[in-house]
Amino acid sequence: MNNVLQIAWLLPILPLLGFIINGLGRNILSKAISGLVGCLVVFASFLLSVFIFIEVKNGNSQVVHYFDFLNVDLLKIAFAFKFDPLSSLFLLIITGVGFLIHVYSTSYMHGEPDKDFAKYFAYLNLFIFSMLLLVMGANYVVMFIGWEGVGLCSYLLIGYWFRINDYTNAANKAFIMNRIGDLGFLIAVFWLIAKTGTVEFDQVFSAATIAKLSATDITGITLLLFVGATGKSAQIPLYTWLPDAMAGPTPVSALIHAATMVTAGIYMIARSNILYTMAPVTQGVVAMVGLATAVLAATIALKQNDIKKVLAYSTVSQLGYMFLALGVGAYTGAVFHVMTHAFFKALLFLGAGSVIHAMGGEQDMRNMGGLKKYMRTTHLTFLLGCLAIAGIPPFSGFFSKDEILAAAYVHNPVLWVIGVITAVMTAFYMFRLYGMTFLGKFRGSHEQEHHLHESPAAITFPLIILAILAVVGGWIGVPKIFVHGGHRLEAFLEPVFRESNAITTKHEITHATEYMLMGVSVAGALIALIYAWRRYGKYQQIETSPKGITKILENKWYVDEIYNSTIVQPLRSLSGFFNNIIERKGIDGLVNGTGKLVNYGSRQLRWLQSGQVGAYVLLMVLGILILFIIQLFL
Amino acid sequence: MDIKAYLVLSLTLFTIGIIGVLVRRNAIIIFMCVELMLNAVNLLLVAFSKMHALSTAVKTSAAYAADAQIFVFFIMVVAAAEVSVGLAIIVMLYRNTHSVDVNFLNRLKN
Repeated sequence: MNNVLQIAWLLPILPLLGFIINGLGRNILSKAISGLVGCLVVFASFLLSVFIFIEVKNGNSQVVHYFDFLNVDLLKIAFAFKFDPLSSLFLLIITGVGFLIHVYSTSYMHGEPDKDFAKYFAYLNLFIFSMLLLVMGANYVVMFIGWEGVGLCSYLLIGYWFRINDYTNAANKAFIMNRIGDLGFLIAVFWLIAKTGTVEFDQVFSAATIAKLSATDITGITLLLFVGATGKSAQIPLYTWLPDAMAGPTPVSALIHAATMVTAGIYMIARSNILYTMAPVTQGVVAMVGLATAVLAATIALKQNDIKKVLAYSTVSQLGYMFLALGVGAYTGAVFHVMTHAFFKALLFLGAGSVIHAMGGEQDMRNMGGLKKYMRTTHLTFLLGCLAIAGIPPFSGFFSKDEILAAAYVHNPVLWVIGVITAVMTAFYMFRLYGMTFLGKFRGSHEQEHHLHESPAAITFPLIILAILAVVGGWIGVPKIFVHGGHRLEAFLEPVFRESNAITTKHEITHATEYMLMGVSVAGALIALIYAWRRYGKYQQIETSPKGITKILENKWYVDEIYNSTIVQPLRSLSGFFNNIIERKGIDGLVNGTGKLVNYGSRQLRWLQSGQVGAYVLLMVLGILILFIIQLFL
Repeated sequence: MDIKAYLVLSLTLFTIGIIGVLVRRNAIIIFMCVELMLNAVNLLLVAFSKMHALSTAVKTSAAYAADAQIFVFFIMVVAAAEVSVGLAIIVMLYRNTHSVDVNFLNRLKN
């Protein structure tokens, strides 16, 4: 084993080291040092990931065992890392995009005090560490450690400005919703252990183990795992935390809530693909939930005015797309979309961050406009990102989205129709965002206009790199009809999805149909794009109170309000009941009552001790008399 | 002689002692009443002892006949010792309070 996999353990250790240095030295390190440490460790991890990727690409996939994490009776859980095409691809995305976002953060967060700056980088490094554990773990338990770790970091970073109450609430919301999902994951793992006695991926996915599971078991386990995924990857019904998570600093939104953490659910399902393929019921649920989320989030994004909220709902919508892909068995398509989405959504978030930075913290698009001439690099990269997410060829989003839509069409044309509608809406709201932000006249205050400037190199450099990736990233997955053998990603991931592909019946669609599908979605996206461009390029603020469907969309279908009244408030009143009645009156009453009783009794008995000797003697005589009476008569 | 006479005498003495302890406040009189009760019991003990010795049951072993009467002497000795301690307490009480009224002792109360 004389290769780079031997030192692969360094991969998560490096960010952990960065976390320890920045975390412990946050009071003494200057911004330059903590920024440098934060970036360097991730860059080193990135280099390692590249070597690992090359190693895996050369056909050297393996599981590296370090020590036994648990060894109880028959249950043996190893602490082991699995290096295969799927995990190595995720490693590249996480460390690569992660590194760019670290660089970006050094400039974006520069206004923070030294102490908070180091704390921020410590959290960010801890996040990279947890995320690496999540994707490298060779069993569900190690994956779960990372799974919880990223949830924690997400919580810490959303609540980074914890002095603002709303932000803390958003962090709590994210954490609690994630916990609900995590419970599903945990139960699924227990179920798996109970039925098969192992959680190691290699063993669980082997034919021998799967034979031990009944159809009900597989459906139950996969559904529970999917519950975990809905929490982490923001799907119906647990998606509402993601838009609120925009309370965190923008680079955090880019890294955690767009590019990496939220794709953990997709990674987990792609990893367990064989189980899902064997549970058609679950697949149907996954596809429906994914599609419903995609449509719902896209409709909400149409009418949002906060630049980050639009991107957040867009992320939810794109994640829905990925689940649709998983549900129809297009695992490669889902992973492909994870990759391209990581590029263009990170780019869009970072671009939005650059805009917010220039606007001095303003996030409302109604007060922006005309930023094109002030911020050339940001504008250009943002435009490329919008084109990529809108699915305009030859940008990356087109290829991944097309693959998902084609797979959906093969599965059921209805899914395809809804998917295309969502894609059209995506193009519309992205160019609404673009038009309101960069085109037209500036609508902010004079002070803001004076302040407008292009962001420094540390911000534009990651934008440029990501823009290039957003443009060319899709070229590794060119469909067969354009270039034969053009889908290199599929060939690369083939070992991971081999068994699933063997089971799934393949319906080939004709080239004519495929061209038609592409044509329809691209034409729809283009029309939406041009319409939005023309309409919002000349956007003027009009004071009209929203009516009808607009009002519903602006209020996000009132989902938060519904959750609030059906779940949060009843829980609150139940807790209130327990607090006021059971706790205060019942338990406290019992405890305090005992004290009071003793106190009162003692005070009454005190009168017996009068100090009169005669009284004592009388009592004594009476006592003796009573004893006599008992002795003689009873 | 009938044992009943002794019983009545002893009971009378004991009752006088109890009432004396309960109603009087003078420490010396209370003390004397305590002695009265003690001696009422002593008297009873001697009376029962004599009656026991005269009964047929123990005639064969006359050696034990006078046991209780000797025992009473011991009680008297111990009582004498007790009297000295008690009187000493009363003397101390008088020195401190210039009175032998037991209700004076309730000043320990506060």
